[in-house]
Amino acid sequence: MSLQARIEGIGFWSHGLPDWAHAQGFARGAATEAATPARPAPRLLAPNERRRAPDSVAVALEVALAACEAAGRDPAMLPSVFASTHGDLAITDYMCRTLASEPQAMSPTRFHNSVHNAAAGYWTIGAGALAPATAISAYRASFAQGLIEALAQLADGSEAVLLVAYDAGGAGALGEMAQSEGLLGAALVLSRDDGSHTDDGKPLLRAHWQSGDATAGTGRLARRIAANIMAPMLPLFDALACGEPSAVVHAGLDRSLRLELS
Amino acid sequence: MAPLAITAFTSTTALGAGLAAQAAALREQRSGLRRNDFGAQPLDCWIGRVEGLEQAPLPAALGEWESRNHRLAWLALQQDGLPQALEAAVARHGADRVAVVLGTSTSSIGASEEAYTRLDRDGDGGEHFPADLARPPLHTPHSLGLFVQAATGLRGPCVTVATACSSSAKVFAQAARLLRAGLADAVLVGGVDTLCGSVLFGFHSLQLVAAEPCRPFDARRLGLSLGEAGGYALLERDAAAPLAWLAGYGESSDAHHMSAPHPEGLGAKLAMAQALQRGGIDAGQVGYLNLHGTATPANDSIEAAAVAALFPDTLHASSTKGWTGHTLGAAGIVESAIALLALRDGLLPGTLNSSQADPACGAQIRFAPAQRRIDYAMNNSFGFGGNNCALLFARA
Repeated sequence: MSLQARIEGIGFWSHGLPDWAHAQGFARGAATEAATPARPAPRLLAPNERRRAPDSVAVALEVALAACEAAGRDPAMLPSVFASTHGDLAITDYMCRTLASEPQAMSPTRFHNSVHNAAAGYWTIGAGALAPATAISAYRASFAQGLIEALAQLADGSEAVLLVAYDAGGAGALGEMAQSEGLLGAALVLSRDDGSHTDDGKPLLRAHWQSGDATAGTGRLARRIAANIMAPMLPLFDALACGEPSAVVHAGLDRSLRLELS
Repeated sequence: MAPLAITAFTSTTALGAGLAAQAAALREQRSGLRRNDFGAQPLDCWIGRVEGLEQAPLPAALGEWESRNHRLAWLALQQDGLPQALEAAVARHGADRVAVVLGTSTSSIGASEEAYTRLDRDGDGGEHFPADLARPPLHTPHSLGLFVQAATGLRGPCVTVATACSSSAKVFAQAARLLRAGLADAVLVGGVDTLCGSVLFGFHSLQLVAAEPCRPFDARRLGLSLGEAGGYALLERDAAAPLAWLAGYGESSDAHHMSAPHPEGLGAKLAMAQALQRGGIDAGQVGYLNLHGTATPANDSIEAAAVAALFPDTLHASSTKGWTGHTLGAAGIVESAIALLALRDGLLPGTLNSSQADPACGAQIRFAPAQRRIDYAMNNSFGFGGNNCALLFARA
């Protein structure tokens, strides 16, 4: 079974690689690291929200907007799929700590920021998007399952869809259970395409669901950012950066997605 | 859209385990809410608590998944012939072709909360989870999907949808897309959410929890009552003898506020209109609408206005949260099951606990039950982040 889409735009952010151009250069072997702040400051949020938003929300909105700009698509018009393994671990740690010590002191803002669809919510508010947004998790298969949902939305009639994948670092005692380091986000604007024509520099992606797991990525991005729990998506971004014809990403228990790029 | 066959469905709430318990309590106007007795420092409120989970450990083979949420997931999985229906689906399609798409808002966070009340401290001041809770796959949102995959042996795509209170409504839409895209031949959908400190104290911090049992759409309503629940449905492209059909779905975003609904119910209207459009029917053909109806002052008047804008006065619409409480990420499946029961039995529930109509609400909002055969039923679920979903079901 295969599904396909044109990749119209890519967004990327991790420490030292604040956009897709830097990530692409690094993946190809260049020493293109840039100085980055601890987290991006997404333009889509009002200044007070920009300061208060959880790290996971900040990175998700940064890469989402970058992908829309690269695609030349209006963010308000796109349905969106937000994939994250753990959501925001710092907020979950805060909730658990507060409940264990002084439950009545729970912050209402942090509570509503604790929902797994916080980034999706802030995105739709900031972009003014009335289109559907979803937020999914599938442990280490979160990216692959998010990609499947995005491709299935295209197969169901959507013209284009925004896929955003992100995870933040672990926090507190929870950090030993839900292990993840650093801040990582990537986004793709995907559009319907039957592959009958070519589009300069915009790759066509075909996804095949298959038995057997993916092996750990060996590309430069996959090795550099291996400690973030969203790292299973990186073989695709290494392949996109280096113009390779395919990549395999983990998609669940003994399952993977083979992604062909042309 | 081509309707999808519903070949099994079930729900377990404070009303009891399985559909017979839901139907009986709906018929008898009997609420499942009780005074909050959950946790060490219970807030002054009412809750919909599922009886007996404390005495219902998971089977030994699934022991590594122990949590309140998974106990409820397991209990709900055993009801209404679901194991047999899954076995039959696997026989028809193969385990590889049966996907699992489940909704939850907090998954097993209750287990993470418990760990923080008894962390082990090492010599260097470091804090660690106690050994019995040091199970990484438990402390992540997809814990529910992983558990159900382990419990059922289903091997198709497995994913957890976590869009707060619309989670287990959106699973129907995602399942429909998986079927259409050919990635599965059957999809086990559903959702499970259990009471935990995060939601009790969280909703309390937002001043949305009533000290009394919730009174949806009543002019005197003060807020919601929280509940816990689990439920499932099995969706397939076609079936010889379906129990009902998924006829349409609509999804939208409010683009307004993280925890307050759009003042004109813009997103709610879009979702309902899209579900009707996908179903290819007029609003007048819907016989029952199960409302989101949380009993918060804001939700109910906005939802009622959105309903009045789309539907004729003859629609019978009600909130059943006075029976079950607001079961958050499980509300979509719980209230879809009630809509499916309305299609099966013709029992259109009223709105329990409510008696004084809010003048802001239209004629569609019904406090008294009715009995009549209907062809279509809709269910609304709205979540934080302005995340809306409406589902349209048709009688088999």
